[in-house]
Amino acid sequence: MAKRVAIVATGQTEHAANRWDATGGELIGEAVRRALEDGGLRREDIDGVIVGNMDHFEGINGVEHWSIDANGGLLKPVLKLTTGGTTGSTLAVAGYHLVASGLFERLLVVGWEKNSESDTTGAITTAFDPVWDRLVFAGAVSGLAVEASVYMRRFGVTEKDAARAAVRDRRHALNNPHAHLRKEISVSHVLDSPMLADPIKALDMCPRSDGACAVVYASEDAAEKICPRPAWILATATRHLYSYLGDVQLYPLKSLEAASGEAYRKAGIREPRKEIDVMELYTPYSFANLSWMEALGLAGPGQAARLIWDGATDMGGELPVNPSGGVLSTNPIGATGLIRAAECALQIMGRAGARQVPDVQVALSTGFGGCMWSDLLIYGRHKPA
Amino acid sequence: MADINRLNRRDVLVFASGGAFQPYRYSVGRAGSRFLTELRDHGRFLGLRCPGCGRVYVPPRPVCGPCYRKMEEWAEVGPLGTLTAFTVLRFAFIDPETGLKKPVPYGYGFIRLDGADTDLQHFLRIDPKRPPKIGMRLRPVFEKERCGRLSDIRHFEREDTP
Repeated sequence: MAKRVAIVATGQTEHAANRWDATGGELIGEAVRRALEDGGLRREDIDGVIVGNMDHFEGINGVEHWSIDANGGLLKPVLKLTTGGTTGSTLAVAGYHLVASGLFERLLVVGWEKNSESDTTGAITTAFDPVWDRLVFAGAVSGLAVEASVYMRRFGVTEKDAARAAVRDRRHALNNPHAHLRKEISVSHVLDSPMLADPIKALDMCPRSDGACAVVYASEDAAEKICPRPAWILATATRHLYSYLGDVQLYPLKSLEAASGEAYRKAGIREPRKEIDVMELYTPYSFANLSWMEALGLAGPGQAARLIWDGATDMGGELPVNPSGGVLSTNPIGATGLIRAAECALQIMGRAGARQVPDVQVALSTGFGGCMWSDLLIYGRHKPA
Repeated sequence: MADINRLNRRDVLVFASGGAFQPYRYSVGRAGSRFLTELRDHGRFLGLRCPGCGRVYVPPRPVCGPCYRKMEEWAEVGPLGTLTAFTVLRFAFIDPETGLKKPVPYGYGFIRLDGADTDLQHFLRIDPKRPPKIGMRLRPVFEKERCGRLSDIRHFEREDTP
């Protein structure tokens, strides 16, 4: 029987375009120190560490070795994970697995990236097949642009609809002292920003950030001793999709549809829009804030734009999405999915400060990468049965 | 960001790795080699058909993912096809294959070759007078000198290009 598991402490760096003041190891140390302080923990209290990033962004392999003094793992079990854009959410899911197994009681999970150290698009391209993908593929922007082309064509969704979704995330980021981009934008700012790859413009797309995030997981035997109101993990799910990019059916996002279906079943959620109080979604471009809401079962096919325009997903709306400002405001890639988990935990704990959604009982976070892979976690205020 | 505010940017150093270049040699595999050889020598496209679901895969690979069955039946597809998704890449980035900035803009198309059930990704020639549309019919334009790479196709263009 698996142990019940909760997130009991979190720590984040101040994320920025270029944290020239810190090495990767120093960024990791900053997040780890904050997470330990947050939980009133010492390094000795931790049973093991999982750390993750995408090596090729920095061109320095083996973070599990060279960050050992910063990541808290000296003479402890240490694992390293790398799964593309999903790295941070894979870390979050793996942390749950290890503690649920009963083999670890208190586990430190760390994601980080220094995207300022290389050309992000060039580095992402090296994660794709050299024979069939790389000739024309141009990183995340290109893969997402073709997805948007299909979504717009099928439902008549407009660039203005997507722009409104970007405006939401960037507005929410004003409440988050850790966010990288903290400047309000308007729909016309988005529409007038330079075209990167039709129909994605600069302000439709996530930034490249430097930053780190650390999260402490604890089993039911330790969780409430560390944190009076821990964020219990109710369900996790992971789905992978394709061999080559041309295999992917570009609407709906099948991996997220399948992952959310499984997680809702595990958590006993029948009406996600009513039963979930807040979401932190790995939506790396504005159009994902529309079409992936449909994959999550929150709107019918082609209907998500209405949800966005109605303000249902704004702070104060029916289901606030991305109170942190989301990926469109902050994107240190190996940390990005884990930041979603940390933000959900803060919401459950009631410690999200100016970005707190009132009385959060159930929260959901996702991860995205690959291309077109999805992770998903659901968190609850109450210890699962 | 207390640290950043305290530090003077001149107090911390950044250095560049230099113009490092690390060449790789990638195996194309049996199925891929057959496809690229046929393309090079005869300008023909071949896919592999799954004995379970009947789907024809381009590029060919030995196993059908959904059925998890070995594929051995070759099927000729194309050369004409239909555009299923596209973008026009406009921002410059470092091509990890060359270490140089990729020349932009360029059209990036997903092409469903006639008879195939998956898409081939390739360059899409952009005619400024007639912007690309999903569903438009395409034909391949081959390079004169072909060497057994996907770039033996220069690009795809509208079938009715004069």
